[in-house]
Amino acid sequence: MAATRLFLRASPVKCSLTGLTGGVHSSLGLTLLKLSPACTAKPQAQRRHAAHFTYHPEPAPSQYGPTQKMNLFQSVTSALDNTLAGDPTAVIFGEDVAFGGVFRCTVGLRDKYGKDRVFNTPLCEQGIVGFGIGAAAAGATAIAEIQFADYIYPAFDQIVNEAAKYRYRSGNMFDCGKLTIRSPWGCVGHGSIYHSQCPEAFFTHCPGIKIVVPRGPVQAKGLLLSCIADQNPCIFFEPKILYRAAVEQVPTEAYQIPLSQAEVLQEGSDLTLVAWGTQVHVLKEVAAMAQEKLGVSCELIDLRTILPWDTETVCKSVVKTGRLLISHEAPVTGGFAAEISSTVQVRVRWEIKAFYFHRGWSTYGSL
Amino acid sequence: MTLSSRGRAVWDFHRQEQTRDTHALDVKMAAARGVKKLYGIGLHAIRQNASLKATTFLQQRAFRVNGALRQQPFDSSAEKPQFPGASAEFIDHLEFIQPNVISGIPVYRVMDRQGQIINPSEDPKLSKEMVLNFYQKMTLLNTMDRILYESQRQGRISFYMTNYGEEGTHIGSAAALEPTDLVFGQYREAGVLMYRGFPLDLFMAQCYANADDLGKGRQMPVHYGCKDLNFVTISSPLATQLPQAAGAAYAVKRENSNRVVVCYFGEGAASEGDAHAGFNFSATLECPLIFFCRNNGYAISTPTNEQYRGDGIAARGPGYGLMSIRVDGNDVFAVYNATKEARRRAVAENQPFLIEAMTYRIGHHSTSDDSSAYRSVDEVNYWDKQDHPISRLRHYMTARDWWGEDEEKAWRKQSRKLVMEAFERAERRLKPNPELLFTDVYDEMIPPIAKQRDAMWRHIQQYKEHYPLDLYEK
Repeated sequence: MAATRLFLRASPVKCSLTGLTGGVHSSLGLTLLKLSPACTAKPQAQRRHAAHFTYHPEPAPSQYGPTQKMNLFQSVTSALDNTLAGDPTAVIFGEDVAFGGVFRCTVGLRDKYGKDRVFNTPLCEQGIVGFGIGAAAAGATAIAEIQFADYIYPAFDQIVNEAAKYRYRSGNMFDCGKLTIRSPWGCVGHGSIYHSQCPEAFFTHCPGIKIVVPRGPVQAKGLLLSCIADQNPCIFFEPKILYRAAVEQVPTEAYQIPLSQAEVLQEGSDLTLVAWGTQVHVLKEVAAMAQEKLGVSCELIDLRTILPWDTETVCKSVVKTGRLLISHEAPVTGGFAAEISSTVQVRVRWEIKAFYFHRGWSTYGSL
Repeated sequence: MTLSSRGRAVWDFHRQEQTRDTHALDVKMAAARGVKKLYGIGLHAIRQNASLKATTFLQQRAFRVNGALRQQPFDSSAEKPQFPGASAEFIDHLEFIQPNVISGIPVYRVMDRQGQIINPSEDPKLSKEMVLNFYQKMTLLNTMDRILYESQRQGRISFYMTNYGEEGTHIGSAAALEPTDLVFGQYREAGVLMYRGFPLDLFMAQCYANADDLGKGRQMPVHYGCKDLNFVTISSPLATQLPQAAGAAYAVKRENSNRVVVCYFGEGAASEGDAHAGFNFSATLECPLIFFCRNNGYAISTPTNEQYRGDGIAARGPGYGLMSIRVDGNDVFAVYNATKEARRRAVAENQPFLIEAMTYRIGHHSTSDDSSAYRSVDEVNYWDKQDHPISRLRHYMTARDWWGEDEEKAWRKQSRKLVMEAFERAERRLKPNPELLFTDVYDEMIPPIAKQRDAMWRHIQQYKEHYPLDLYEK
């Protein structure tokens, strides 16, 4: 398992090399690349690291105090830093978080706050979440990291059967509201089947937890701090393709962006577009193309909180436009677009002129 | 053979990391040499006996690497293995370690089956008052079990699980804890709650799911919980509580509150992945935690030889770096002594302990089970008549003239009366308000759930003749 988590970097050649580890052996890897007949560099350099969208930073918020240039992983570090500073019970744990994390989200925190507060756990997701539930139930602010959302499934029982139901089943005597689970999420270009998944739909079927997906650094920090403060167990999925690609001016102080509030990013009159995470940026480009090529005015909504989701904002928009298009990376069948569409159909029946879902195919993440 | 070179110092976060690590390193190097010596002896014994011999408390706490520091600089001229993963010697001939299940880890006991003390220095010499309380709690539990089992048979409650035969494990361990210690249970630990003072009315309220239930009537019977008595609410999925207990113990450790966390589970639940996670996390993260395994011979119909092939649960402990012991679970003093010592050391040394209490499940798994389908009546009778925690303690008491026939008669009458009165009160009580179906899903009710709740009330109002609203609190 450890081998598949290290990425090959800066290779202009498109090859399937999942068996090799990166890091120390990268020179060996490159040598093998050159020797392998299947891997000849093509005359036109393949733009292996071109993303399928361009990230446009949003203007710096003025209401939260001084800002600093941060990418997404740095904004997460900042949120965690604020939390550890302000809450002596807060602890951060998971695989490899001690040295800074495989995505650098926890760099510097162990040195700053101590080994008892930022620590590695054994390689066991069901243990990480179980441990987090217990720590939260005993009164600590527990921030658990699952290294990739693709690996959250061993913790499914602990999340669904335990965390989500802790408060209800105990008659509110016990709860694990102080638990937040953070996990890198979504396609990244080379992640393939097991480093690209978006599993939010599995969890939306579970009352008692909250699920949040930010679209950029400013959103990420504010939403993560809200998840940590929220007295319900929250899962915070961080779009990994945005970790370095998304750079913005992010407030250095702590601030919160409310949960269960969708955001209308651009107003329009002909069609409502709904997305979350990375796909918001894709739909921004879609909206621009639609305006330019088809003269269609799109209203773009970032859902932000997937569970419990903001039905009011979406329905209000569909009443206005009469058309709804929902787009997500996750596979189409049972994806969260189905839930949104059925709710909107029930609530806004007579206003709808057209529905379209553009969602992931029922296959797996691309190379 | 105690080698706890980490010292009995309470966890101290304020020492400088550098000096602590250097000091710890020196201490550990000395310990390592000590461990190596004794481990060498152990290894020698292994080669001689071709079996894994065990002492009372098995300690195989080898060298622990502290953070980024390595145990020693790499030295390829030395003939010792340099691997970071294990501290050991080389061996030049091929030999597999044989798991020892014939004469595995011995079973610690204080009383024989007739309640006689075997080794007087192990007698905890508890006061008459305390021992009488043990006896009364065990028998009260037994009486409550009989009445509630019957009430399920009569259709008054939906489900029940008895604790027959395991009363000693509950009372012995509960008595050794402080009231502030946090307890995570599985489902067959009602005696722990009873020992702590959970009233009969609240046991009944949970089983009847009536309006007095602290859990608001949301779970099946025997899924007790009580915040005031530090007993975390039971959940049906097995072994989920083990990693949770590790997390709670870690939080408790950081609070510096001299509390321990106790985690009960059965030998069947110990097969779950969560059990492995709990053991490993508690050891690596140095949690003040007691894992208490009730090995009662069966997981519903599955006997232990279909549950595991190793030497029970206690033998797994050293594999994780846990201090481990196996005790006679039907000997309330053995359970008491082991738990007491484990508690003392868990708090002082911030390390987890594993106690495997051997016992026997005399009753069926639950009211949904008929165990005559998979075991003989003779087998059950042996344990009921010849090795029962309640009778063994009674022999101990009668030998000291603390208890006799008259007291027994009087107590049986009184305990039955107490249980029957609580039972009758619970029978008459209303069920919780249906509003409580919708609260506590989140800390505050979210709009979609509020809408569903409103729809429920409208429905009930419209079709009230189909709903027995009189049985529910308004």
